[in-house]
Amino acid sequence: MTDTDIEPTETVNARGAACPGPLMDLIGKIRSVEPGAVVCLLSDNDQSLTDVPEWAEQAGNEVLAVESHDDYQAFYVEKA
Amino acid sequence: MTERVVIVGGGTGGTVLANNLAGRLDREIDAGDVEITLINDGPDHVYKPVWLYVPFGQRELENGRRPLEELLDSRVTLRIDRITDIDADAQRLRSRNPGRPIEYDYLVLATGSTLAPEEIPGLAEAGHDYYSESGATALRDELLSFTEGHLVLSVVGTPHMCPAAPLEFVFMADDWFRERGLREDVDITYTYPIQRVHGNPHIAEWARPLMDERDIRVETFFNAEEIDADENVVRSMEGTDLEYDLLVGIPPHRGIDLIEEAGLGDRGWVDVNKHTLEAEAAENVYALGDTANTGVPNAGSVAHYQAGVVSQRLASEIRGQPPTAVYDGKTLCFIETGMDAASFVEFDYENPPSPARPSQKLHWSKLAYNESYWLTARGLL
Ligand SMILES: Cc1cc2nc3c(=O)[nH]c(=O)nc-3n(C[C@H](O)[C@H](O)[C@H](O)COP(=O)(O)OP(=O)(O)OC[C@H]3O[C@@H](n4cnc5c(N)ncnc54)[C@H](O)[C@@H]3O)c2cc1C
Repeated sequence: MTDTDIEPTETVNARGAACPGPLMDLIGKIRSVEPGAVVCLLSDNDQSLTDVPEWAEQAGNEVLAVESHDDYQAFYVEKA
Repeated sequence: MTERVVIVGGGTGGTVLANNLAGRLDREIDAGDVEITLINDGPDHVYKPVWLYVPFGQRELENGRRPLEELLDSRVTLRIDRITDIDADAQRLRSRNPGRPIEYDYLVLATGSTLAPEEIPGLAEAGHDYYSESGATALRDELLSFTEGHLVLSVVGTPHMCPAAPLEFVFMADDWFRERGLREDVDITYTYPIQRVHGNPHIAEWARPLMDERDIRVETFFNAEEIDADENVVRSMEGTDLEYDLLVGIPPHRGIDLIEEAGLGDRGWVDVNKHTLEAEAAENVYALGDTANTGVPNAGSVAHYQAGVVSQRLASEIRGQPPTAVYDGKTLCFIETGMDAASFVEFDYENPPSPARPSQKLHWSKLAYNESYWLTARGLL
């Protein structure tokens, strides 16, 4: 996916964290925000490319966009 | 001028460091050039791995407690006090005792983990744990009289202390109920927040077939959202409801608040360079053990290895030499797989774990380690 103009409610920077750190950071943040809020997760762990969409689907949250940057990805996840 | 090293936290990391450093800098201390102070908020050193055995009636809390006074090198000044404020710019600490602030030239934070069950509604009231002294004894009382029903062990958040301990608990419970002829009447379910049974894929791959063989049910992608204590149900963020008769929850963990207040890292974990263990946001500050955010497990073995590295680095700095010791991520863990068998893993930043085949010998090695731990704390092993 390409660049988005989504304004996240919160951003979680999990760059440098090993698996499952980025997914757990996202889950932790989703816990604390209101339904409808958008959390942006920054991760440079390739595993996040599968982990994040799989978890979001299980939990009923929506991955609005995945933005690729030079050395990391930004996942925009909306809390159901 | 005397160089003042202040270590906050007299658990595994802080105690091993204080003793190791006192041995390394004995001449400088005797000459009055270096002063090492260890500050802990209680008089005892607590060895938490003992708590795993308490619910099964195999160990007592006293087996995991000794006065710090007995364990510390006599060249270390022990201060029983609770630090309440860190001013890293002024290199000064405040404690709950009013009076003069505590000044340092080098600070090491080894304040460990704290439990935060209040983050999940209902968990504190309905859940049991063996991650605290009071939790371990209350769970023992429940387990001893538990003869039928559904035992749920839920890992509510990561990171938590000793990532192997939840697996160990269900393996031990399975075996313990079997030995007592009760296993047919007790269902066991293990839940984990991500899509496998452990954060490390190699350990997860090893553990999953063992759980299947032993009829330990598994719910993955399960993040407890609330506990309904009236209905005995755990509700997950993923929409699964799990009924329990006895709930053992591994509560969310945090570091201590003042670390966040001092701007050293989120949720009380200090952001550090994962090789040098130096704080990212402050000069002359190190962190080690659970409180250092390195991505490796929160384990005593990690705190122990990191203490060796920080000790060497501090000694070099104090002697005006460039510090060269680095932490390579080394972690070592025995994993109980029943009441008389255990596995063993060893890994680091580069090399993944490869769990050993469970054996009785490894189980005895774990128990022997637990006994000899007091020599480790003294800096002798
Ligand atoms: C059930 C269980 C089983 C475990 N099993 C194993 C195992 O088999 N192998 C293994 O390697 N690890 C195991 N661990 C993990 C291990 O116990 C911890 O990772 C280890 O204790 C971390 O050491 P630490 O020095 O970072 O912190 P701790 O040992 O927790 O010490 C922190 C100290 O700092 C003090 N403190 C905190 N805040 C302040 C303050 N503001 N002022 C003054 N003092 C303060 C605390 O009171 C405490 O004494 C287990 C843990 C549990 C709970």
